Order: sequence, then C-alpha cells, then structure tokens
Amino acid sequence: MSACKKLLRGLDIPLKGSAHPMTVSLELSSLYTLKPSDFKNTTPKLLVREGDNVQAGSPVFCDKEHPEVLFTAPVSGTIHRIVRGEKRKITGIQILAGDEQMQEQFPVAEPEQLSPGKIRELLLQSGCWPLITRRPYGITALPGETPKAIYISCFDSAPLAPHYDFTFAESFESLQMGLRVLERLCPGKVHLGLRDTTSPHSVFRRLPGIAHIFSGPHPAGNPGVQLHHVCPVGKDQIAWTLTPMGVSIIGKLFLYGIYDTTRMVAVTGPALSRTGYITCHAGFQVGALNPFPLKEGTDARIISGNPLTGDTIGREGFLGYHHQQVTCLPEGGKRELLGWARPLRLKKFSAARTYISYLAPLLGKTGRFNLDTNVNGGARAFVLTRNYQKVLPMDIFVSHLIKAILAEDIDKMEQLGIYEVIPEDLALCEFVCPSKIEIQEILQNGIDLMIKEMQ
Amino acid sequence: MKWIENIIEKIKPAFSKGGRLAFLHSTFNAFETFLMVPGTVTGKGSHIRDCNDLKRVMIVVVIALIPCLLFGMYNTGLQHYLAMDPRAELPGFFPVFWYGFLKVLPLVIVSYVVGLGIEFTIAQIRGHEVNEGYLVTGMLIPLIVPVTIPLWMLALAVAFAVLIGKEIFGGTGMNIWNPALLARAFLFFSYPAYMTGGKVWVVDGTSGATPLAALAEGTPLQELPSWTDMFLGFIPGSVGETSLVCILLGAAILLYTGVASWKIMISCVAGAVLIALTGDIPVHYHLVMGGFAFGCVFMATDPVTSPQTETGKWIFGFLTGALTITIRLYNPGYPEGMMLAILLMNTFSPLIDHVVVSVNVKRRIKRIARHG
Repeated sequence: MSACKKLLRGLDIPLKGSAHPMTVSLELSSLYTLKPSDFKNTTPKLLVREGDNVQAGSPVFCDKEHPEVLFTAPVSGTIHRIVRGEKRKITGIQILAGDEQMQEQFPVAEPEQLSPGKIRELLLQSGCWPLITRRPYGITALPGETPKAIYISCFDSAPLAPHYDFTFAESFESLQMGLRVLERLCPGKVHLGLRDTTSPHSVFRRLPGIAHIFSGPHPAGNPGVQLHHVCPVGKDQIAWTLTPMGVSIIGKLFLYGIYDTTRMVAVTGPALSRTGYITCHAGFQVGALNPFPLKEGTDARIISGNPLTGDTIGREGFLGYHHQQVTCLPEGGKRELLGWARPLRLKKFSAARTYISYLAPLLGKTGRFNLDTNVNGGARAFVLTRNYQKVLPMDIFVSHLIKAILAEDIDKMEQLGIYEVIPEDLALCEFVCPSKIEIQEILQNGIDLMIKEMQ
Repeated sequence: MKWIENIIEKIKPAFSKGGRLAFLHSTFNAFETFLMVPGTVTGKGSHIRDCNDLKRVMIVVVIALIPCLLFGMYNTGLQHYLAMDPRAELPGFFPVFWYGFLKVLPLVIVSYVVGLGIEFTIAQIRGHEVNEGYLVTGMLIPLIVPVTIPLWMLALAVAFAVLIGKEIFGGTGMNIWNPALLARAFLFFSYPAYMTGGKVWVVDGTSGATPLAALAEGTPLQELPSWTDMFLGFIPGSVGETSLVCILLGAAILLYTGVASWKIMISCVAGAVLIALTGDIPVHYHLVMGGFAFGCVFMATDPVTSPQTETGKWIFGFLTGALTITIRLYNPGYPEGMMLAILLMNTFSPLIDHVVVSVNVKRRIKRIARHG
C-alpha cells in the first residue's frame, strides 16, 4: 500500500442536505428509461420496438459505430414508448416493468478459467460493457482496445455524494468478483483509489488491487484527478475507469449470471425536508420518491447526479445510468437588491473571501449553505483566472487549455492536457469562476472536436 | 424593496428588442444588474455557482482604494496650505480636507463620466453587457495624476486609455496594458510639462518638487522630507500615491480577499530591494518614494495584464520591481520608473506565460513517458 497522496487544492462546497445514512424502502416505480445521452459518443441503433417484451439484460439498442456494444434493459417488462426529440433523435426508451421480474441468464464462470476474449464477449452481451469509461475523453470504452491501466476510485468527494462505505457495505463479494474479472482484462494494473479517512474495516480496504490513498477536498475523489497522479494518460494511451457500482454489477454478472443494475442511491439536497438512501435499478423514475417530500413552497430542480455535474431531469424524470445520487436544489429565480454590494451576504456561499460568509461558523451559523441555482452574476470575459488553479489539484493550466479549446487549436489542446481531463474534473473551476464562464461545456466541445478530428 | 423591482419590470419592455429605447439596451442592462443581482438560473454545467462575481471583485478593489483617495484629498489641501506659507498655521482638519476634496472630486467625476460613457456606448454597439472593469480603472486614473492637471487633458487621457488601451483589443479581459497606466503614459508623453515628475505639484502658482524629482536633481538626502513623513504621505506627489500607510491598508484588503496576487507584490518588492542595494540612496527610501508602492499593490497585480501562471507572476513581479529602481537609479531622463516598468512588463507578460506553459508541457510529456 502506497503512502497517502495529499491533494491540497480543491474545495468542499458546504451544501446543506447530505443524505441521512438510513435506507428507506419505497414502492418501486413501474416506469424505467434507458437514456442514450447517458453514454457519451454513442449513436443508438434500436433493437426493439414499442410493445416488445424484454427481460433484464435483453438488448434494447446498440451503438451504430460498434454494434457489438449492447445496451440492455435494467428491468423486465414491455417497451412502453420510444421518446424522440429534435430531428427524431432518440432521447429515451421507456420500459414498463412487469410484476414479476425475469432475468436473462448468462453463463456463470470463474473469470480465471475464461480467456480475456471470452470475458469481453460476456461483458458486451450482457450490457455491462458501457460501465467502463475510457480516458481520454470520458466516453464508453471501445471494444477492441487494451488499456494501460484500469482505475477505480473508491470514494466520491462531490458535494452531497453518497458515502460508499455505507452504500457498498454489503457488496464485498460482488466487488471482489468484479475486480477479479477486470484483473483478467488488464493483469497487474488494476488500481484502487481510497480516501485517507476510509475506515480500516471498510470493504474497500480488503479488496484486491493496487491501492492508492488520497486525502484532500473535492475533486480528490474523481478518477481523472487520481489517474493524473498515479498513471497519467497521454497521446495514444488509454485508461479505463469504473465506479465501484460498475465493478459490483460486473461482479454480480459473473457470480449469479444476471445483469443486475440495483444500486443504492443517495437522495439529497437542500430542497428536501428529509434525505436518505433508496435501493433501485438504473433508469428509475424519481416521481416515485414520495418518502422524500420537498420543502413546502419550494420550486425545486431535480438533478440526477451531483450538483456540479448532474443532469436536470424534472419531477417525473429518470435516474441516469451511471448515477447514484439524486439532488434537489431550490431554483434561484429570485433577484437580490444590490446583492453584489452587500458586505455580509451570510446566506450565500463564496469560496473567495470577498464575502464574509465563510466566517459564518464564527457567527453561530452551521456553516452549511442552502445554495440555489442562481448564477449570481453575468457572463464576462476571463479576468480572475487564478481562481481555477486553486480548485484543481492537477498540473494543468486551465485558462490556457480553455482558451486553446475556444480557438479550436488541436495541437495546443493536446499539449495542454485535454487527454487528462473531462468536464467533471473542471466542474469546480466553473463553480468558482467570477466571470461565470461555462467551462464544462467548453471542455466538452473541445473533447467532441478532438474525437471528430482524431477519427 | 419590491417597488424598485416593479419599476424595473415596468420600464423594461421599452429597452428590450423592438422597444422605443432599444438603442439603450446595454445601458439599461448595466443599471438593472447594478441594482439587482439578476435572477438568471444555471443551464448547462454546474447547477450551483459561487456568489462571487466580477462586480464584487471590482468593488473590493475600489474599496481598497478608498483610503488612498481620502488621504489624497487631505494631502492636496495640506500641500496647498504649506505651499502658500509654510510657517502659517493650518486652518484645521476639515478646511484642509475640504479644499482637497473640491480639487480631487472633479478628477474622479471626469474620469468616470468619460470612461463609463465610452464603455456604455461601445457595449451598446457590440451588443454586449457592460463590463465592470472600468469601475477600478476609473478610480485608479485620478489617483495617479497630479491634482493640478487640466480636466480636458484628463478626459483626453481617459478616452485614449479606454479606446486604444482596452476596447480595440476587445474590452476588459483582453487588453495587453493596464489601462490606467496607459492614461498616465499618454499624459506623460503628450504633455511632459505637466507630468515629468519634476514639477508635479503646482498649486495656485506655487510649485514644489516631489522628493523623488528633487533627489534626481541632486538634492542631498538630508534636505528631503523625513522618512516618516514620506511613509505617512505628507509629501507632494500624485493624488493617491504618497501615503504608504494607506497603500498598505489597501494591500491588506486585496490580499485578505485574495483579489490581488501576493506573489507579485512580494517579488516586486524583492526585485526593487535587490537593485536598490547597488545605489547610494538607502533602500527604505525607495520603497516610500514616488509611485513604487502604489504601482506594486494596485497596478502590477492587475489580473488581466499580469501573467496568468503562478511562476510567471514571480518573474513578472521581480522584473517590474528591479526595472523600476534601475530606471530611477541609472536613467537620468526620468526620475520615476514604476509606470514604464509595469507597462514594459505588461508587454512581456504573454511571453513569460508562454515560457512557463512550454516548460509545463515538456514536464507533462516527460511524466507521461515515465509512467509508460
């Protein structure tokens, strides 16, 4: 076990509404949706029609470019509706779950007895393949490639993120099996990132793999940040990242022969009067979250994922494929008289010291804030760029990279490290930016341009 | 406060596209966002945002400048009465301050009216929102000119700084040189009689030299104002630059709020001290005389025109300080070097950044190669 890597730069946003460590059982919704937009760089080709019956693990669509990559149903039932957006783009495939859950059966085998080729085949067929994200670019792994490392970050440092020690407390077997499978794909190069505060009794401490220990504020838990310190990705290099949830789903495939996307989801956010954890499948409809009422009179934004990188889904929306968190934030449509000129502004949070709100704990406040979705200012040109560097524990010049992307200068983007970052890594830069520049969107555009140019 | 919101909502349509006053859209928007933090909510990307915005950053700098401004007003009055009759008794604090207040206020008004007028017009032509950068520039300019400057000259300098210094590059955030210093440079080279630094202080027909200029002309150190007077600021000079106490107060605000870079300030002083050691004038005199301290705290730290990289800031600050004192000591032409040093280093900022970034690129390539 290696020494602890202390990441000093970053920011833990003191947001109210972290999940109460208690599982709440609730009546599961009957409607589920598989959203192609959850899988970056995928063009869906439908394999089902409305009214078809599917089982959990049956293919629903495949990637047009790589038809062997299958995306399978999280639950069994009938295809209820194919939702299309502009230009008939498929935005979701709704599945009405049947009363009795039936699972597609895949062969159960010890991974050590299977060839890596056979393992890949099984992952592709079962729909587990898209659980593997690939660096550079943060897209679904390509079936033919071999990574130089596989990386799993065993903690999520994002605001209000689920506590993995709690959500995976019972998943040791499936995690262990999942890691054995990954070990077959990339022998000796499966890395685990642990937090220094991870309890010695935590399941993650007992797992096989090369463990690295990190301490520090968000984004220390991002696999991209950890990879940067352990095994940086350059041109023509590939690393795969998975979440512990992905590892566990793969583990269950090899343990029981089923595709089981069950996960514990943290229901969080300052707009809720009660928070907690639920157990559900991918694509779960959040409209069924009755045990977690919104605070009265709150106009809330429901987000699948965390407040920095999640997707707005609306009250009847569906949980994202990769997400283990639902966040409810109050919408911030209110205007504030001379807000920028107020000396205190105690109810608003700023990482910069230009407000005195960070002194709130001294004034008897909790030091946690009820942040809403207000932008808190207008869009401006780059001025205070050194704020970015303060929240990114990576050897990358953010403002230079972002400017290279805006100039569409591929060479510069490459040199300045676009292979090492994906939008979630720079989300905090966007949070602190006083010029309110949409850094994540710019970076995503840059990545899209790289993918297009490199083909 | 609802009534303000109601008024805004009521008159808004006239200023929106197609409205009667649509040509004033940017101006309206500037006033609206000045009064009210807009209710815009996040779209793509991060759903929550820090409540720090550019208005707040700029207002912090303006607040940091207030001590210098107030002291500058008092000192203007003080120097006036001293110039009239050094032995006469002063008429008390308030009359002295009031005299200076009436002298300095027109400078501030002209600077803001002309500068903001141009900013608003250009924002309207471009269809942009008005940027807050001029809030600071507009306060800096009156503080770095002699109080006796004719107002038309000041207006001209402001127009030059905003148009040529900033707007032709694309506005705040895109400029190469510090606009306030560019205004001073414009005056310095266009109207040298007013600006050489030799006879900056001409109050009602009486002239007095700044200590720095006196020193350049060969006045022995003993005949200058005492070090304490220079530290406190009771000496002739540009409006805001004389008092190190007030500048340090401003520096404390800027550093505490994290708006200005401490790296630039420290390295700038270090560079100055190092070169000053080679000269005859004691080092601590250099730090209190002329525009060094003011430039080091408020001008060199401009986040737009200084390097963007942290290593670059060390280099930039050090060279600025070193150049300033080099000009003071070894250039017979100009008694003061801060303005030219900062402008020159502003020019080289992109180059410094380029070098630092290239080193970073090489280092990262090596690191990736090492990890296979």
